[in-house]
Amino acid sequence: MIENRKVINIQGVSFSYPGTNNRIVLDNINLDVYAGEMLVLLGPNGSGKSTLARLMNGLLVPTGGQVLVDGLDTADETSLWQIRKQVGMVFQNPDNQLVAALVEEELAFGMENLGFPPEEMKKRIKELSARMQLEEFLDFPPHRLSGGQKQRVAIASVLAIEPQVLVLDEPTSMLDPAGRREVLSELARLKQSGKTVVLVTHDMTEAVAADRIVVLEQGKTAFVGSPRECFSRVDWLREIGLEIPPPAELARRLRERGLAVPETLYHVTDWVEYLCQK
Amino acid sequence: MSKIVEIKNLSVSYMPGTPLQRDALRDVSFVVEKGEFRAIIGPQGSGKSTLLQVMAGLLQGEGRVTICGQDMSNKKNRAGLWRRVGVIFQYPERQLFEDTVFNDVAYGPINLGLSEAEVQRRVKTALQEVNLGEEVYHLSPFKLSGGQRRRAAVAGILAMEPEVLLLDEPTAGLDPRGKRQLMDLFSNLCRKQQVPVVLVSHDMEEVAHRADLVSVLYRGKIAMEGTPKEIFSRGKDLASLGLSTPFASQLSMALQEKGLPVQNMTTLPEAVREVERLLRLKGKVQ
Repeated sequence: MIENRKVINIQGVSFSYPGTNNRIVLDNINLDVYAGEMLVLLGPNGSGKSTLARLMNGLLVPTGGQVLVDGLDTADETSLWQIRKQVGMVFQNPDNQLVAALVEEELAFGMENLGFPPEEMKKRIKELSARMQLEEFLDFPPHRLSGGQKQRVAIASVLAIEPQVLVLDEPTSMLDPAGRREVLSELARLKQSGKTVVLVTHDMTEAVAADRIVVLEQGKTAFVGSPRECFSRVDWLREIGLEIPPPAELARRLRERGLAVPETLYHVTDWVEYLCQK
Repeated sequence: MSKIVEIKNLSVSYMPGTPLQRDALRDVSFVVEKGEFRAIIGPQGSGKSTLLQVMAGLLQGEGRVTICGQDMSNKKNRAGLWRRVGVIFQYPERQLFEDTVFNDVAYGPINLGLSEAEVQRRVKTALQEVNLGEEVYHLSPFKLSGGQRRRAAVAGILAMEPEVLLLDEPTAGLDPRGKRQLMDLFSNLCRKQQVPVVLVSHDMEEVAHRADLVSVLYRGKIAMEGTPKEIFSRGKDLASLGLSTPFASQLSMALQEKGLPVQNMTTLPEAVREVERLLRLKGKVQ
């Protein structure tokens, strides 16, 4: 359920990395993230997606404007712990994120830092590992897991501190197809359970599942809207270096050939349903 | 046709003779001909990278390995292989190190002992091929965007004019356009200059679109080999190995299961043709 409550409130945000002659990476971004939504950030390389993601939990602080998480300003250092508890980050390469010797310790790491009582930690690890099918790996060192399993451990260790929002920066780009499926179905489950998910991706197929898509181009929000609206702007997407998912591309090519197929066939199942109708 | 890669009964074990022994490749035979575009797919840990490292002369196993006519059991041959084989691992831009783009691309050709004029020619040609203009020649590689950096790193390999290209997920992290441009470049090299390409990828759309032949690795063995059409028509077998198929193959399989008369398809143009035929057949469109 998407609530009409803003969890993250990005107001007039600009950003430049230090030592780059103030080269503007993000330029006057205004964007709200609503509780319970799945927001997908798309954009060509260098458009500022990863930077925007890192501004959402105070990993980076804007050079202009404000980012508010539940009303707390990420520029206020005294709020940072509270903000990081609310917004968890998962990165591209799980190897860069996993720090502990065993999966169980990995899941405990964040909670330990926040001073959770040991019984509570044990309880949560049990629940989480059952839900994310990690029980059999708890006494494994993370390096013995597959990429998809590692990424699920990374997600679980962030979830352990029960953030409201999970921000993921291309979490599937280094995974094999099975690993990718694991992570994507985990994200779908999280959204079902009421979590807010912000997903940065280059994979248009992953963007289909979004409630809203934000397209960044040269540091500006060039589009905010539904997947349907987004994919109807094929020419523009191409112009900025993006594409539409293969099922939608098939529909586009058929329409180009003068066949009146619907615009909203985004999955194999949509196509099968459409083609099986009398 | 001449064989550029010829591997017979190759086995590779990590830490052999110890309790931690792991067999990365088991009795693998693998041949790549001149001008061929070969894809290798397989789940993580199936031995794809190990096979690529053997072909690059970086690893040795048991069995016969001949690359560009060189016997790889000979240490000297292995050591000299960098002159003939272009290897692009994941995120090659992390290996850029020179002060300018030009010097970085020139590093390999200089080490080949080429004349200065030839080095200049190769660097310019390579940078042109990856679509980087003169305006970046004297920039630090670190001033470039992510996509440009990737292309600069690729130019460094092309400037070596390798006899074969070994690519490990070369487009990971690139946007759709960057991905298409880079893959077009490899396809062109393969088609026009007959440079064989061995591509390791998880991107089944690319594999279906580009490859002449596909080898499927599973637990260190070649589990299947064939044209993309042959391989991707076995969607269920691939799924059981933790792999997937391109959209067009998924669609044809799903439609066939519903009893609709469509042929096996693997690429989008095939899907356009088949679905159009189906729509006309059903009288859904005029």
